[in-house]
Amino acid sequence: MAILSAIISVIIGLGISLVIFWALNWLVERTSDRWKSRLLPYVFLAPVIVLIAIFLLYPAIRTFIDSFLQQSQRRGEGPTFVGLDNYIDLFTDPGFLGILLNNVLWVIVVPTGAVIAGLLVAILTDRLGKRRETTFKAMIFLPMAISGVAAAVTWRFIYFYAPPGNPQIYSLNAIWTAVTGQDPVPWLTIDAARLNSFLIMFIVIWLQTGFAMVLLSAAIKGVPEETLEAARLDGCSERRTFFHVIVPQIRGTILAVFITILIVVMKLFDIVYAMTGGQYNTSVLAVEFYTQLFSFQNPGKAAAVVMVLMVAITPIIIYQVRSYKAQEELR
Amino acid sequence: MSSTPIPTPTVDPASGSTKAVVTGRSRKDPQNRDKSKPHVLVTILMGVIAVAWLIPLVGLLVTSFRSRADVDATGWWTALLNPFAQDWTFENFASAWDAIDAGTTFWNSVAVTVPATVLPILVAAMAAYAFSFLQFRGKEIYFGIVLGLMIVPVQLAIIPILQLFVWIGNNTGVQIIGEYPAAYIVHSTFALPLAIYILRNYMQTLPVSLIEAARVDGASHFQIFWRLIVPMSVPALASFAIFQFLWVWNDFLVAYIFIQSGPNAVMTQGLYTLMGQFGQGWQRVAAGSFITLVVPLVIFFALQRFFVRGLTAGSVK
Repeated sequence: MAILSAIISVIIGLGISLVIFWALNWLVERTSDRWKSRLLPYVFLAPVIVLIAIFLLYPAIRTFIDSFLQQSQRRGEGPTFVGLDNYIDLFTDPGFLGILLNNVLWVIVVPTGAVIAGLLVAILTDRLGKRRETTFKAMIFLPMAISGVAAAVTWRFIYFYAPPGNPQIYSLNAIWTAVTGQDPVPWLTIDAARLNSFLIMFIVIWLQTGFAMVLLSAAIKGVPEETLEAARLDGCSERRTFFHVIVPQIRGTILAVFITILIVVMKLFDIVYAMTGGQYNTSVLAVEFYTQLFSFQNPGKAAAVVMVLMVAITPIIIYQVRSYKAQEELR
Repeated sequence: MSSTPIPTPTVDPASGSTKAVVTGRSRKDPQNRDKSKPHVLVTILMGVIAVAWLIPLVGLLVTSFRSRADVDATGWWTALLNPFAQDWTFENFASAWDAIDAGTTFWNSVAVTVPATVLPILVAAMAAYAFSFLQFRGKEIYFGIVLGLMIVPVQLAIIPILQLFVWIGNNTGVQIIGEYPAAYIVHSTFALPLAIYILRNYMQTLPVSLIEAARVDGASHFQIFWRLIVPMSVPALASFAIFQFLWVWNDFLVAYIFIQSGPNAVMTQGLYTLMGQFGQGWQRVAAGSFITLVVPLVIFFALQRFFVRGLTAGSVK
């Protein structure tokens, strides 16, 4: 009956917010015209302002402050101000520098891989009849609907390791042993050249290609037919047409897809956590945050990790806001 | 799609598959309009890619119907090569259902996901109305903040919100951590910026004259919002709702931290626990995965067009 009480509480919650909203509106409608036009926007914005202030802005500032504090080991004692110690600890720790390297690899490899794979699929399906195009696209797109944990289960069943002599039931090692005749390899523990990280990145490319495909396909279909005709008349090869006529016209979409996947990758937690728990040098910032907070019970350092993540994301935020402004001015 | 990195929500069917009708165009050979011939190679190539894309899931699906002895002894592909030498069974689903406690976790997921979808839409629609149709000082600045917040990762807020919930628990006796609202409030808040952005962009395409006419007729903004704007915004609301629903349903991090295991654990949590028990056979983990995938896959197949549309609109998330 937990479900019943949950649904009831939801209905009550929504009902109360509606009543408050209605009452505020009723009040505003009855004030003088001068005040009405001033107050009304804030009535409409009030719920958003409250939610964002309490659960987003306040926590953001708090996390920033926390990153300069160290929690006392003893219960009941408050944290002490330690200045930049948390940051110094992080940046003098080779493990953390490895995590940063991983993150850099992630934000380069995954968006690039997904965009290239998405472009390829978009171009290929564009040449097919509608029925086949829809079917193939749905197949590529399907992984997009599954959860990160389910994706991790799926790929664990491929990457896992059974010692030599045992039946090789995991696909990758089955192929490896059959083709090379060598012993099976514990893929997820091999961090030479970050092999295990690349294997996990492949999962995310697998998940995100469908998304890239959808947007890029729509963009390719929007390329004016005349420009393609002109290229053909000039005797452009298929490849030249693609790189010199189509790609420049869909550059904006390519960039948008790249940035969107980049943001997804920066926040990515569940897949890495479910695959390796961040062990064997596969950790990324979002996983390290979790490890610091819960495994090491060190909220100060966890906050510092988040601030590093925020610094990495800030340029994208600035870029988004600026390009939005540019877009508005064009209207 | 505009040429700027923030894709403008294209909440019209043209963004998805409908345009494909026009594009039976053969770029390879403009003289030869006979479509079937040059397409054979592309079809084969694309077919191979598409099938390869699904092989990981096929392997899991096949495994979920095999007996433990078979799964431990041979790879899943042998079951396809030699289907009659196998023990096929539905047993795994029953056992995985119990392991995930799907009868409970399913409803827990619903209890988190539904409010986490409805609440931000309602609240964001009101804000979007203000941003679209009302005049106030600093509007552009506020909207700029909304844009910036769209990208902020949830990790930024986790520690203080946990502390806040603990503090409330200590001072009022109301324990929030472990309950549904802990998760859906966080989900809702972090969905707001994107929801405002999408809905505001959509509302700006609605005719202002209509609102002015309603004002002249004496309708309050409250009435205009409910009777006029909300019904007219249904396409945008639906797109966002589907997207947000799937996103929350599939979420692991927020549920893992704010609800944890226990009586209110959600399905992804159940699957995560089950995943650690692969020692008891992969057939159970595989079956468990597909139990958790039922809802997303049904939504995916039933609402694919809307889903794609929502994704196109929400591509900044």
